[in-house]
Amino acid sequence: MEENKAIQQVEEEIIDEFSFLDSWDEKYEYIIDLGKRLPDLEEKYKVEENTVKGCQSTVWLVASYENGLVHFKADSNTVITKGLISMLVRVLSGHTPDEIIDAKLEFIDKIGMTTHLAQTRSNGLRAMVKNMKAYAIGYKAMQKTV
Amino acid sequence: MIKSATIPDILDVEAIRSQFPVLNREVKGKKLVYFDNAATSQKPQVMIDSLVDYYSNYNANIHRGIHTLAEEATAAFEATRDACRHLINAPSREEIIFTRGTTEGINLVAWTWGRQNIGKGDEVIVSAMEHHSNIVPWQIVCEEKGAVLKVIPIDDNGELLLDEYKKLLSSKTKMVSVTYVSNALGTVNPVTEIIEGAHSVGALVMIDGAQSTVHLDIDVQKLDCDFYAFSAHKLYGPTGIGVLYGKKPILEAMPVFMGGGEMIKEVTFEKTTYNDLPYKFEAGTPNIADTIAFGASLQYTEKVGRDKIRRHEEEILKYATEQLEQIPGLRIIGSAKNKISLVSFVIDGIHPQDIGILLDNRGIAVRTGHHCVEPVMVRFCIPGTVRASFAMYNTKEEVDEMITGLHKAIKMLK
Repeated sequence: MEENKAIQQVEEEIIDEFSFLDSWDEKYEYIIDLGKRLPDLEEKYKVEENTVKGCQSTVWLVASYENGLVHFKADSNTVITKGLISMLVRVLSGHTPDEIIDAKLEFIDKIGMTTHLAQTRSNGLRAMVKNMKAYAIGYKAMQKTV
Repeated sequence: MIKSATIPDILDVEAIRSQFPVLNREVKGKKLVYFDNAATSQKPQVMIDSLVDYYSNYNANIHRGIHTLAEEATAAFEATRDACRHLINAPSREEIIFTRGTTEGINLVAWTWGRQNIGKGDEVIVSAMEHHSNIVPWQIVCEEKGAVLKVIPIDDNGELLLDEYKKLLSSKTKMVSVTYVSNALGTVNPVTEIIEGAHSVGALVMIDGAQSTVHLDIDVQKLDCDFYAFSAHKLYGPTGIGVLYGKKPILEAMPVFMGGGEMIKEVTFEKTTYNDLPYKFEAGTPNIADTIAFGASLQYTEKVGRDKIRRHEEEILKYATEQLEQIPGLRIIGSAKNKISLVSFVIDGIHPQDIGILLDNRGIAVRTGHHCVEPVMVRFCIPGTVRASFAMYNTKEEVDEMITGLHKAIKMLK
């Protein structure tokens, strides 16, 4: 994880990486490769409470909170979704709740993957972003009450 | 490939394609290949023109107005009712009730006939390959009335087990509601036998005609079904309009569905008397424009020739099946002997959604997922399938495009 970098900076890096990919095929090949490289989540985490259920694909999201930073791990049963979520993990993991809450995640649009966030794509990605932010909101609230 | 021009009475696919404007568009820089016809078919120009014509030239509310526009609109609207009666060979136009679609047709029967006639301990039979729309309405009624929902199982080919069906039938059976054609497997069910069986124990039969009406010749009198429902948008018509057919004496005895304008004869605060069929079930201003435009779609398919369309689609299905079977690791889900116009498949080790995304990337529209028939997916232990479904404007060249796309996708994903 690139935890010492600002969210914006990691987003820029991803946009930069995609700028070298000309065709849609290349973009998807890259995303598929990211999906294949993201380590599988241990089976013990693949439980109902960690499931972000889309209509078709399943995404598992696990969050933890340490020293004021939120860490994410994720997995999916489809390769393309897994590639997409690996980028979200790369961008958002290791940041403070506030940074995560404020993240605009413009890179998704800039690399041409907005369609995957659309309502019609019931692939769990939209719910994934929502859940990641919800964890951040939860940890922030917890921080205040402590 | 056989040159089709030498065979008489063949479909001129190129001419047909030119009449469906959406087929000219590109998706992701590639020519659109539309293989999601079981979800909804594309629309011919004549249907689109008909919508525009209505709104441009004779938009009016129907039945009550005495002015010219209202008369013209009423005549066009009622002409579609006649065309629908003809399409399914219903005995009378009073038995053709306009709905929003198949789902509403089934719900109408479940909520009115079902609530009146299904009681505690009674049974409703559906099949294991029903669309959720033909499960949930009956589940709701069964739950409310303390009745039991029974399910006809299917075999590995995706065919109904008729012997098991016969075992389910008893004097407790009040309704058998099954699909004519499976939207996930393409299976054509032996509805004649199903209907005979149900009637032998005094039960009524509802046929879900969402997939069958566009592909088969439907004769509700010959079938002797009690209800039959279908949607216009799967027959090259607009969305938001459908038909429920019911036998007249049954419809007459049924309580009303929704109250409002059109469905009444006289209203006082003490008592309301209801209108005659079919208006009794058509509360409120109906979807006039889309109903009229559906008439244009029906005229169009009639002109092209439903037999010709069917033969063409059969040929495409056969070709697609042969080509798909050659892809290593590909498994076709649903291999019923009697099957029409769609093919569902899975590929070892690859999630259907990944295939769908990569095909879309090449301009090829297929459906992936459980197709609103989750029990079928559970039955075959799969998360979903990739489904290619065909219509009159599809070609073998488009099938080749899909096969190329599949090879490429498999290479990328494996």
